[in-house]
Amino acid sequence: MPFIPHTEADVGLMLQAIGVSTVEELFDEIPQTLKNIRLDGVPEGLSEMEVLRMMRDRAESDGHYLNFIGAGAYEHHIPAAVWQLATRGEFYSAYTPYQAEASQGTLQGLYEYQTMMCSLTGLDVTNASLYDGASALAEAALMAVRLHKSSRRVLMPATLHPTYRAVVHSIVCNQEIELLEVPYCSETGTILPGALSRFEGQEFAALVVPQPNFFGALEPVHKLSDWAHRRGALVIACVNPVALALLIPPGEWGAAGADIAVGEGQPLGVPLAAGGPYFGFMACKRAHVRQMPGRIVGRTLDAEGRPGFTLTLQAREQHIRRSKATSNICTNQGLAVTAATIHLALLGPEGLKRVACACHNNLSALLDRVTKVPGVSRRFSAPLFHEVVLALSDAPDRVLERMRGQRLLAGAALGEFYPELADCVLVCTTETKTEADLDRYTHSLAAAHSA
Amino acid sequence: MHLPADLQYTDTHEWVRRHGDGTVTVGITWHAQERLGDLVYVENPQAGKSFKKGQECGVVESVKAAADIYAPISGDVIAVNAELASNPEKINQDAYAAWMFKLRPSDPGEFEQLLDSVAYEKLIAAESA
Repeated sequence: MPFIPHTEADVGLMLQAIGVSTVEELFDEIPQTLKNIRLDGVPEGLSEMEVLRMMRDRAESDGHYLNFIGAGAYEHHIPAAVWQLATRGEFYSAYTPYQAEASQGTLQGLYEYQTMMCSLTGLDVTNASLYDGASALAEAALMAVRLHKSSRRVLMPATLHPTYRAVVHSIVCNQEIELLEVPYCSETGTILPGALSRFEGQEFAALVVPQPNFFGALEPVHKLSDWAHRRGALVIACVNPVALALLIPPGEWGAAGADIAVGEGQPLGVPLAAGGPYFGFMACKRAHVRQMPGRIVGRTLDAEGRPGFTLTLQAREQHIRRSKATSNICTNQGLAVTAATIHLALLGPEGLKRVACACHNNLSALLDRVTKVPGVSRRFSAPLFHEVVLALSDAPDRVLERMRGQRLLAGAALGEFYPELADCVLVCTTETKTEADLDRYTHSLAAAHSA
Repeated sequence: MHLPADLQYTDTHEWVRRHGDGTVTVGITWHAQERLGDLVYVENPQAGKSFKKGQECGVVESVKAAADIYAPISGDVIAVNAELASNPEKINQDAYAAWMFKLRPSDPGEFEQLLDSVAYEKLIAAESA
């Protein structure tokens, strides 16, 4: 539905038909004491020219850094066609698709998105997206507790993104759900099945398994999945969608496959944009679909037998089930998902695989170089995807600051989240880095780091 | 038949059939399925679980609504109609043949509180007034 603005003449005619002379008169029933709130402290409006000038000046302070930080948000190349198409009016200002007959384009796009995510995760059903990876994980925990029906405990590895763990806690802490932390192995940087033995006697609803984990390391997903399933618990996979082009998908983990897969969709064509908007994806086994939150688009036939798309299984949602809905969420990240769908369609499975390989190969190349810098070493032994934890013999904050002075965002200091890793930084290489970039990083690190 | 006289009813539109061995069979009434429309999903209680009278024990979903099912009397669930998992429309076809679950009552005194067909008929007439 296009936006049709009203001219002053249009407004005048409407006021005349209603029988008032100004728009303000329509708000007469609001008490005078509540009207005319002054906006002290809000400056006068600027002209378009003044705004552009101001933004250009501020953009100068961005500094054009070369970025080696991942930690949950990843800089990938987004083909120009993605946002050229995603910002077309039909996509950009499309309304929420509850009226199927007016939203077939939007619904088909979402259906294609769902199909691609099922293909990537190896699971049966995907929803039309959630707000972001962290809240998607919280929704998965709530879903697992509903499905399990008996235990309200969820096991959360310490190798999960610290912000994800904090968000899940915020969302579930008042719903009588207990989150139990699983410690990681100090040598491998992953969850060893042995670490789970402390939970042997207890019942729990789900085990969350990150892949790769926050340290960039690959977890023993088959062993962890089988362990959880043997104890009657569900497996929630928390995965990077680009990595899925190379790794065994959650649907094939262990003997039975993961039950739910969630993650952050930002790496699929969504710019870093100072933290958002991003989108969370969620997929699950068919048997669990009625407990999955979020919108689901289905393909069907209309009253005249023509193929079409519509939102389906809506009885799970807010507007029908109200307080017993699967979630308070009744929306999706439409624009971000549209971009991701175009991005995936442009890359295709082969293209996505090539991107993943380039990320991984760049990390190997970087590791070869930086481990030759005195005082710099790889902290964990587990295989990696595109991020690594480096231990420094000089204080990370100082090293990062010096490298920043050379226009390098060299990594994320881990001490804030993991006190035991106060000497470490998390470094990421995506396909965007060239050999020259890696050389520049290495030289800068060597110069900034006094052993 | 829309209102069998040999059954008892609740004001939440469940019907109860009493058996000689003391157990009961429970379903939803013709009136309930008519108001809900085409049923697409039935979530029955789990066999072995116990419920108090009036406690939520299941859900029926139609294309436009989801309605809770309430235990008409206190008791243990001893059987569940597995057919409804794949064929929920059987309730629309014959609400009194398509039973949902069976209970072993824990308090026979509660039967007095159920409605007979006359009282239930008055209830639904008042609801649509």
